[in-house]
Amino acid sequence: MSFKSISHLKSLLDQNKISIKEIAETYIKRIKEKKELNIFIYFNEDKIHEQVKEIEKLPNDKTLKGIPIAVKDLFCTAKMPTTAASKILENFKPTYESFVTQKLVDQGSMFVGKTNLDEFAMGSATNTSYFGNTINPLSKNDNPLAPGGSSGGSAAAVAADLCLGATGTDTGGSIRQPASFCGVVGIKPTYGLCSRWGIAAFASSLDQAGVFSKNVTDASILLEEIAGHDQRDSTSSNVQIPSFSKNLDPSLEGKVIGIPKEYNIDGTSDEINGVWEDAIKSLEKKGAKIKHISLPHTKYALPTYYIIAPAEASSNLARYDGVKYGFRASDAKSLDDMYELTRSEGFGKEVKRRILIGTYVLSAGYYDAYYIKAQKVRKLIANDFVEVFSDCDLILTPTAPSAAFPLNEKQDDPIKMYLNDVFTVPASLAGIPGISIPYGNDKQGLPLGIQFLSKHYHEQEIFNAAFALEKDYE
Amino acid sequence: MSNLIKGKKYEWETVIGLEIHAQVKSNSKLFSNSSTAFGSKPNSQVSLVDAAMPGMLPVINKYCIEQAVKTGIGLKAKINNYSVFDRKNYFYADLPQGYQISQYKYPIVGEGKVIIDFKDGSSKDIRIVRLHLEQDAGKSLHDQNPKKTYVDLNRSGVALMEIVSEPDIRSADEAGLYISKIRSILMYLGTCDGNMQEGSLRADVNISVRKPGYEYGTRCEIKNLNSIKFIKQAINYESQRQVEVLEEGGVIEQNTLLFNTSTGKTRPMRSKEEAHDYRYFPDPDLLPLEIDQEEINKLKKTIPELPDDRKKRYVEDYNLSNYDASVLTADKLVSDYFDNIIKSDKTLKESSKIVVNWLTSELFSLLNEKNIEINNSPITPENLGRLVKLIKEDIISGKIAKDVLVEMFNTKEDPEKIIERKGLKQVTNTSEIEIIVEEVLEENKKMVEQYLSGKDKLLGFFVGQSMQKSKGKANPKILNEILKSKLSKKH
Amino acid sequence: MKLDTNTINKIAKLARIRLSEEEAKDLLKDMNSILDWVEQLNEVNTDSVKPLANISSSILPQRKDEAKDINSSDEILKNSPDKLEGYFAVPKVVE
Repeated sequence: MSFKSISHLKSLLDQNKISIKEIAETYIKRIKEKKELNIFIYFNEDKIHEQVKEIEKLPNDKTLKGIPIAVKDLFCTAKMPTTAASKILENFKPTYESFVTQKLVDQGSMFVGKTNLDEFAMGSATNTSYFGNTINPLSKNDNPLAPGGSSGGSAAAVAADLCLGATGTDTGGSIRQPASFCGVVGIKPTYGLCSRWGIAAFASSLDQAGVFSKNVTDASILLEEIAGHDQRDSTSSNVQIPSFSKNLDPSLEGKVIGIPKEYNIDGTSDEINGVWEDAIKSLEKKGAKIKHISLPHTKYALPTYYIIAPAEASSNLARYDGVKYGFRASDAKSLDDMYELTRSEGFGKEVKRRILIGTYVLSAGYYDAYYIKAQKVRKLIANDFVEVFSDCDLILTPTAPSAAFPLNEKQDDPIKMYLNDVFTVPASLAGIPGISIPYGNDKQGLPLGIQFLSKHYHEQEIFNAAFALEKDYE
Repeated sequence: MSNLIKGKKYEWETVIGLEIHAQVKSNSKLFSNSSTAFGSKPNSQVSLVDAAMPGMLPVINKYCIEQAVKTGIGLKAKINNYSVFDRKNYFYADLPQGYQISQYKYPIVGEGKVIIDFKDGSSKDIRIVRLHLEQDAGKSLHDQNPKKTYVDLNRSGVALMEIVSEPDIRSADEAGLYISKIRSILMYLGTCDGNMQEGSLRADVNISVRKPGYEYGTRCEIKNLNSIKFIKQAINYESQRQVEVLEEGGVIEQNTLLFNTSTGKTRPMRSKEEAHDYRYFPDPDLLPLEIDQEEINKLKKTIPELPDDRKKRYVEDYNLSNYDASVLTADKLVSDYFDNIIKSDKTLKESSKIVVNWLTSELFSLLNEKNIEINNSPITPENLGRLVKLIKEDIISGKIAKDVLVEMFNTKEDPEKIIERKGLKQVTNTSEIEIIVEEVLEENKKMVEQYLSGKDKLLGFFVGQSMQKSKGKANPKILNEILKSKLSKKH
Repeated sequence: MKLDTNTINKIAKLARIRLSEEEAKDLLKDMNSILDWVEQLNEVNTDSVKPLANISSSILPQRKDEAKDINSSDEILKNSPDKLEGYFAVPKVVE
């Protein structure tokens, strides 16, 4: 049985053509069949059957009743352990449910499992996980590909039909880039639109939850459920959440779409630039006005990000000290000994690297030169967008500079790896919403993603444009 | 009074700055909903936020902000319209987040000052550098288990105000007066309960010595002192130690010290504190705190009369000395009690000095004896006022009044009732007193003769005898007059 | 070269991460190349720019002073790798 989308499955349910239990069984079977992709950190059939009983009791008007959802293992969940893909959270069983996952539970969704990610969301290939790589389901047998990251498990789960939607978090591109690599839709909303409460923090001023789905409509359905104000998060936006899905409107007549010249960078494949061109032409044909714009500080976004994110991470990850939860090294002789052993055994290489970078840029004598400098450049980057959006409704760019790369590539040079986020990081720094939708393929048949950006809280604008563009490939 | 320490070779001046940590009086913690109640079961007042569970976030308590602003107003300090919460990063067992949320560059309250009063009537300003809000840490218990340190997070996240003084303090006594004054202001404001035993108010002392007029010396910090007595002891010990080191040609090492309350000595903390680098940066989980002037003005209106204003009123309206007034106002409860006495009867205003006397010597000694706080005094302010009035109106003598006070203390009865019941009313009726005097003179004829022959001192003897006969109730003035006139008639 | 082995060990100590010699050598190389790379920010003139700590334009929300979170100590201690007599336990600290 194949379910194209959330709305498709919902209509089957409404017509009693399938039961919640059958949905569960279908997905359990599929997940078991795709075990070798290592998409899930936590998968337990019994937990799914338990949910079926609960979900069956819910009224039928629950928006996501019976919809199989995969949860990035950075969201704390009360009924499944949470690891952040790190040894340091070994055996951690939260007593609480994150804001976002609680909303999904309330609407009747069925959690199929917790998906793999880069350790503490630090990475672009889901290859820094303590639980091993996730393999992109689009890989051919002899050439395993990376699913992107950090939310690679969630993107892969949607791509491999192991769920109809998945949660992700995006700090510098961790939803959009894997969405592009796996050929699914991924949206990172405005900073603050979804509460961070209950999501293990990476970089607080950048972290933002979002969703993966098979199409734009599903993304809009999921986002309107998980968005909303939360008094427990001081940076949560107190804004009215529109009914994104009901308001979906593919008309682009009169919309001004900016094409930033700085996003033409060396090292981007011709195929990607070609897809970008195609999308521009299509948008024009649909009545949009194309405007060539400049975001002059774009090239500084990555170095800015790689100061700010590690700085915040170095502090956010100080709580993993072996005292309250998670892994503790044995045989420590003193408190400091315990800290040092626990943290050096508990964290992987990339996390350590970022903690150390972050510690360094905040340390006495370097704070102004690195951290304050980066915050100032961040301001300039944010201003670039403000200026451009004074006469643009949207910006269109590629999502990533390449299609999914082989698993064993790009492991040695961290900077080369960081360049994956070159098109996604600026929007993260500015806190604006961005979506990646699949738009065409490369010669090998791998999907390529295209990204729409808009002003703060203009998710509807983004959904509408993506909705219009996705029709080109239906 | 000179504050200088006499060493073997030179005279030295102690330079002291205090960092006071005052727990904000509030129901819940600074960034979480858990209770601040003292003395509960370990780890029973700990929210997910206080335990720094993954994904937990701080949300600030509005009341704590107001409490800090009110304290700032009480310290005559500048309230900053813009302040920022920073993370102070360090690892410790009772610091679950691995950082303390504090304020670094932009504190909520800026420069202010506090006046301390000396016995000789003089006073001195101690400047306040700043006041900022921060989280308290949990508690480490080192002696519950031979191999482990135990951690209780009940205090973790409780709101503290750190009040930092300039190094304007020059002696242990001044430090004592300063902390008492701060405590008194906080208690008047109701922003801290001032309970030093429970740790609601504690101080770190920065201390150095120098030859008068020279540059500041290297300072040491004595951590976490929770009584005025210990603060004074620690300062006296540490300044003496520094003088000795310097006079022997040594140098003072900048150090963090602990004060051992049983030996009365300071010693360096043993845990090696490698160069602190707290890596302060604005907490990205919080936004800057903006307080508009209107809000500050609103809070200003809620500020009660503070010790300095009260002191001024006592000096101006009641003619009390500066020092008496400062002693009286130091404790809000005492001062409130005093105000209630004066308010209870218009005529008592002129007798305020007598009232002070009856309050601070007579009532206090009874309270101290029974270890009762003044707010639980069995004698109401009104009744103490009535007692003073009875003395003033010559209804009872001062001496009898003391007995009446004890009776009031034990029975909670009105003074009038006690006097009535015990027949203690002063005898002012001259004929009654005349009879007594006649009897005394009759019984002591020899003495009368001696008196008449020039032994004037015997007058006291006749007074005493007559008073005894009246059971102390004779009005001393009338008794004296009658005695003198009777004796002169015998010439 | 911004960092030397000494500095990286100091930083590691601050972050309470113990590094083997080999790890330190490895990280030194990576961190130096990252720090060289971020150096390009110095090209940007930021003289009159205010640092941006958080993108959110809202004002700091403030909650009422109500003590309402009730968690049992069992719940708080549940995940602790070492707990004794209602406390978190850690290796003995000498102050």
